[in-house]
Amino acid sequence: MESNLQRALEAKRFAITAECGPPKSADRKVIEEKAQLLKDWVDSVNVTDNQTAVTRMSSLAACTILKSLNLDPVFQLTCRDRNRIALQSDILGAHALGIRNILCLTGDHHSAGNHPQAKGVFDLDSVHLIETVRKMRDEGLFLSGDKLEGERPMVFIGAVENPFALPYEFRALRLKKKIEAGAQFIQTQIVYNIARFREFMARAGDLGLLDRVYILAGVSPIKTPGAAKYMRDNVPGMDVPNEIVARMESAGKGLEDKKARAQAWRQEGIRICVEIVQQLREIQGVAGVHIMAIEWEEAVPEIVTQAGLKAP
Amino acid sequence: MIVADQKPIEEILEILAPYKRVLFLGCQSCVAVCMAGGEKEVGLLAAAVRLARAKSGAPIEIAEGAAKRQCDDEFNEPFGPVIQQQEAVLSLACGVGVNKLAERFAIPILPALNTRFFGKVERQGIWKEVCAGCGDCILHLTGGICPIARCAKNLLNGPCGGVRADGTCEVKRDWPCAWVQIIQRLEELGQLERLLSTRMAAKDWSSDRHGGPRRRVREDMLLEA
Repeated sequence: MESNLQRALEAKRFAITAECGPPKSADRKVIEEKAQLLKDWVDSVNVTDNQTAVTRMSSLAACTILKSLNLDPVFQLTCRDRNRIALQSDILGAHALGIRNILCLTGDHHSAGNHPQAKGVFDLDSVHLIETVRKMRDEGLFLSGDKLEGERPMVFIGAVENPFALPYEFRALRLKKKIEAGAQFIQTQIVYNIARFREFMARAGDLGLLDRVYILAGVSPIKTPGAAKYMRDNVPGMDVPNEIVARMESAGKGLEDKKARAQAWRQEGIRICVEIVQQLREIQGVAGVHIMAIEWEEAVPEIVTQAGLKAP
Repeated sequence: MIVADQKPIEEILEILAPYKRVLFLGCQSCVAVCMAGGEKEVGLLAAAVRLARAKSGAPIEIAEGAAKRQCDDEFNEPFGPVIQQQEAVLSLACGVGVNKLAERFAIPILPALNTRFFGKVERQGIWKEVCAGCGDCILHLTGGICPIARCAKNLLNGPCGGVRADGTCEVKRDWPCAWVQIIQRLEELGQLERLLSTRMAAKDWSSDRHGGPRRRVREDMLLEA
């Protein structure tokens, strides 16, 4: 088994994954620097695929750079920009480049990105993509039924689910569909509403899913009260309770100095994140956390050590 | 019906700029119902264009007409003699009508409309896309609500994680999530179990436009060549 993430999860270690967003440039140094910040702290690093539909360095290329630096990349693969021919071609290529984890997503719609004029693909959806990877790996068949010739892509198959989007009661059932399609690990939407997340996990438990999949709960440190409010009010599918916004607001109160205020906010953001991680660890079926410190990779070691997941 | 919008008047004037004698030909089917290219719109557009051209010192002579259905030769034929006397025809039909006239008449046929989608009347003044003409209907599985036309990502195993707290789509704020609607509808019909117990397979898009331009042949209706 070459997937470090799979090894950690199967050994029942509480797994830690983080995120590396590729740059809006051709500069590999950006990836190298992020790798440096993350490498001693996490089991694997997700590389986003043109996240929020903004054009960036390819996920596959950035994964290859991480691999060359001895990190275990999770190749995020979306259906937005590739039809089934391109998707399967990238799955084969990923294995050939030594990548052993693929996270299957439908992808953010391009209308919100930097090329709203683009023609969207959406040939497959995320469930189909999961099934396609599984079929290629386990049966040696392409989606069409045509046979692979020779080596198969031996990857650990991941998917996502959002416990915080409507209809809530349907989310665990959709998770079940993804598991039945072949998903082996799940990375969830960022958790701020613990109560809602507990309900989702309980429902997944009722459906008997917790023994069939590894669930990594998504977490993300908040930098400013403005960011908290923005996520609460403007990001579809995010659930940020008012209490968290209030904590961020009160963290900077009374501080005139801009630098000191920003620092206080960041500390509070990390503190909230650490508390959430600690609560998540107590929930049955949570196999790890996925830390999305977007353009703030320096926060990852702090969160990991403060949450007691690893010694500093 | 086929729903269309009239192009902005500036664009229509630009398209018409090289011509001095033009027939404005409407269509009395779908585009008349959606108030984009019927007889009434022909009259209004012709008046506006005449005025604009006269003001700019380049007057235009406009003949007006409306075919019952521009997608059918039979209804266009009566306009043949008038068309012969024009430099061009401005068609207020959907794109099908424009293509149809273009294959029949040897003068430029110009579009006055942007053809949009197959739609239903939501309420007075609002039309919505509900069918994508994919050529492989699954509405019996989705409670009569089409995820291909009504989900921005045409998911077959939705809903995605971007449903807003009020049940609308992350892509279009005032657009209800098709999958939330499908689930509600199947629940009402007592058919939700079927949706939960099966994954919908990847779609065969070869019957859609992705299989190349489409045509339909009814062998039993063909007349001897």
